[in-house]
Amino acid sequence: MITFKINNIELTVPDNTTILNAAMLNNIKIPTLCYYPDLKIKSDCRICSVEIVGQKGLVTACSTIPRTGMSIFTNSPRVLNARKTILELILANHDANCTACAKNMNCELQNLANTLSIDKNRFESVWHPMPIDDDNIALVRNPNRCIKCGRCIDVCKNVQGINVLEIMGRGHNMTISPAYGRYLSDEFCTFCGQCASVCPVGAILEKDDTELVWKALHDPEMRVIVQVAPAVRVSLGEVITGKVGEIVTGKLVSALKLLGFHSVFDTDFTADLTIIEEGYELIDRIQNGGVLPMMTSCCPGWISYAEQHFPDILPHISSCKSPQQMFGALAKSYYAEAQNIDPKHVFVVSVMPCTAKKYEAKRPEMKLDGEHPDVDVVLTTRELGKMIKQMGIDFAALPETPFDAPFGITTGAAAIFGATGGVLEAALRTVYEKVNNKPLEHLDFVSVRGLEGIKEATVTVGGATIKVAAVHTLANAKIVAEQVKNGTSPYTFIEVMCCPGGCIGGGGQPYGTTNKTRQERIDSTYRVDATMKIRKSHENPTIIALYENYLGKPLGHKPHHLLHTHYHARKKSEKKSSDHH
Amino acid sequence: MIEQKVITKRIGHINPLSIEDFISLDGYAAFKKALSMNRMEVIEQVEKAYLRGRGGAGFPAAVKMIGLAKESGPVKYIIGNADEGEPGNFKDRYLMENDPHQIIEGMLIVAYATRATHGYIYIRGEYDLCISTMKWSIEQATKHGFLGKNIMGSDFSFTIEVRSGAGAYVCGEEFALIESIEGKPGRTRVKPPFPTSRGVFNKPTLINNVETFANIPVIISMGGAAYAKVGTATSTGTKLICLSGNVKNKGVFEIPFGVSIRSVINELGGGAAKGHKLKMVQLGGACGPIIPELMLDMAIDYERFEEFESKTGAGAIIVIDERFNIFEILMKVALFFSHESCGKCVPCREGHIQLIIIIQKFIDRKATSQDLISLESLARVMHQTSLCGLGQTSPTAIISALRYFRDDFIDCIEFHECEENGQL
Repeated sequence: MITFKINNIELTVPDNTTILNAAMLNNIKIPTLCYYPDLKIKSDCRICSVEIVGQKGLVTACSTIPRTGMSIFTNSPRVLNARKTILELILANHDANCTACAKNMNCELQNLANTLSIDKNRFESVWHPMPIDDDNIALVRNPNRCIKCGRCIDVCKNVQGINVLEIMGRGHNMTISPAYGRYLSDEFCTFCGQCASVCPVGAILEKDDTELVWKALHDPEMRVIVQVAPAVRVSLGEVITGKVGEIVTGKLVSALKLLGFHSVFDTDFTADLTIIEEGYELIDRIQNGGVLPMMTSCCPGWISYAEQHFPDILPHISSCKSPQQMFGALAKSYYAEAQNIDPKHVFVVSVMPCTAKKYEAKRPEMKLDGEHPDVDVVLTTRELGKMIKQMGIDFAALPETPFDAPFGITTGAAAIFGATGGVLEAALRTVYEKVNNKPLEHLDFVSVRGLEGIKEATVTVGGATIKVAAVHTLANAKIVAEQVKNGTSPYTFIEVMCCPGGCIGGGGQPYGTTNKTRQERIDSTYRVDATMKIRKSHENPTIIALYENYLGKPLGHKPHHLLHTHYHARKKSEKKSSDHH
Repeated sequence: MIEQKVITKRIGHINPLSIEDFISLDGYAAFKKALSMNRMEVIEQVEKAYLRGRGGAGFPAAVKMIGLAKESGPVKYIIGNADEGEPGNFKDRYLMENDPHQIIEGMLIVAYATRATHGYIYIRGEYDLCISTMKWSIEQATKHGFLGKNIMGSDFSFTIEVRSGAGAYVCGEEFALIESIEGKPGRTRVKPPFPTSRGVFNKPTLINNVETFANIPVIISMGGAAYAKVGTATSTGTKLICLSGNVKNKGVFEIPFGVSIRSVINELGGGAAKGHKLKMVQLGGACGPIIPELMLDMAIDYERFEEFESKTGAGAIIVIDERFNIFEILMKVALFFSHESCGKCVPCREGHIQLIIIIQKFIDRKATSQDLISLESLARVMHQTSLCGLGQTSPTAIISALRYFRDDFIDCIEFHECEENGQL
């Protein structure tokens, strides 16, 4: 233990605790900017500079370990002046037109300027306009707002292992961008959006598609329906009330109704459907000598990554569409038929925790009629939050409304899709019972839950014991993909999710996502599961009825047409598609 | 004469490309002596000599050696820093081109004492002759059995490789240099950990200026205590001085610590350029303080230099005469560092461009008293908060100019005020 003083207050903290963490533990606030929990200490912005009595220079609290007997000041005139000067320097090279920025009132730089009470800048603006990269479907990179904190590089390089973003140039001309200033779409970008999620300012954002939705909602020709992903209900509350991990399903449905959606459906329904198709596919592969291990396909970031980096293992990936795309396909076939509307007049909006879903919806394979996308617009959790605010809805006062039929009755198995390990667990619940013809005693596969990078379980199906795994982040995906490629994978079935924590930690989720908030969202996810009446996908009565009345048998002709897809090797991510509307 | 040739004693008497010449003048004798000594004993001699780093920061060499010796693990590195990019410095080049083996011998002794396994000499990219000379000398030393496996029948093995960058000044900073050796862009790392625990390829690494290594064989030959008698009590040994600018005799001179700047300029440099009056001197290089003529009697030693809030031991003395004004000099310095900043941390990346804007106002005689305050405040913040030595030392010239040439700044402001008020 180390005993030292901050602002004359004596603190005792464990060895190797940084000044910043020591201060946090003791409710002393030291302003930061490049610092982000769970990411590497960069110490680049120097905002957290503090004074150690007796030392000439200042030190950064994020990177300095105090020694016993030290006396540290976080607010001496020297520190305050340095901090203010540094912030003025940043602001002098920043497009500070705050009212014309999506991050207005939600910006860490703006907050800091407010906290440090910057009322004028002593330094001249040296900012020069630079071109904006909006050459793809999912993300917009605006270097004019970039403050070069390096968080995006860190998350792309070290969490995802992709290395799309790098420091280019040096000195004052230094920029953060893909190599040689190219577009994201020229690179191996998966559009996972983790960069956008950690950006303190508005330099990387999801492409704002809210206007398309407003337009459709007010188009009398259109039947506008919406689906909501499992992870959104445990996170949307954060955007509106700031409360982490709150389950807001009922209010969320009410809000969507108020926005004007004709019907509000649950992606959980097609998550159940995914489990049936994927479960049968796994059973088929095991029993008939198919390609194993089988890997999940619900995550578009992962699909994108596999297509670009591991073309050899594409046959290992389940041919099932993701729940989002299964929903889109059913909406423009089964639903349109049942409602007796031309599919062209069904407008499908998704609310997803994800930026890569925007890209997935625009894949050419995801158009039943070859012309119109099955899912017309994808909104992130944050974009929906924005629409709710635009509409002036008092979210807290909303009543709880259930999802609409027919895509409203769902199970606990579908609810846990949002957490890493959830798809695997849901699939095991179904596969076990279908193969072994007996009820599963313990529904909870606890060993595949939680934030550990690669989680394993063993399960007995049809007399054989198989090993399964759930991985999250692309850096971990790479490890298991290498094994699959080399034929050394010990697993029979692998769930892969691109974002840390799974979809609850997706790139479209509320800002400020850390491992702590991820864990709280995960806890809420399993709480939803535990309280569901039905917790296995194959027991969902609407799913059973859908097969009986419309789809026929799992893996049959109709499911093959509507619910399955294929993948193709490619060299880089996709440009903005020309038929975008 | 005030010169004292200790590490330059062979220069001019040997063919630098001939290892035989070097050996004939006691070359590698100190290394052989060290091999017969206990490893701790070697470090003790360096400790007794009180040798301090010659690259600029003046860190005690023995402390680094003890640090590296303490590290366990099968791979440990030693780096000779010859990325001599500081304007006004050319002494590493002088050593490498004229007595390359002395550096290799110094590295060998340190490697032996600390159980290092592999060495790099990182040479500034533009120094073509140094690169080829050092490579040739390493080859010769290997052929003669001074480098390689089980050197001279001992259990000590050591190899050296030459590396160089693409010319970035910041690669002289220890962690930027280490990143560069690893094949990455030259940008510093967050400290701690320090190189002695995690340096090249995350292995324990000792990094010294090549002049520091050149002193090691001398210390082993004459003994630490005898070495400590050269120079002053706290700044022992000799220093290579690079004399340049508006002075008659430019070049590298070896002097014992404690000699005054004035005597170096007058006795070795022959005084200011013909017909001109000396106005100021910049010490150490672009990152050093600018002092007026009346301060030239100060002695060259570490303690005196540290009074300028700057560690300035690299050894440059740049003489500037009355033909130049202080703002032109400060602008050159600011432009240089603006170009060489790696861009990683805010004060250095965004600070230099603002320094340039303010200095330009003084050059244009448009500066106000507010500009003076901003300049002073910005320079101090950059000095106190930058991540690495580049940003911490680059404002030294400005900070010292504001102290010793404040009248020049005030004149400028008053001129502008008078102009504004229509008094001119």
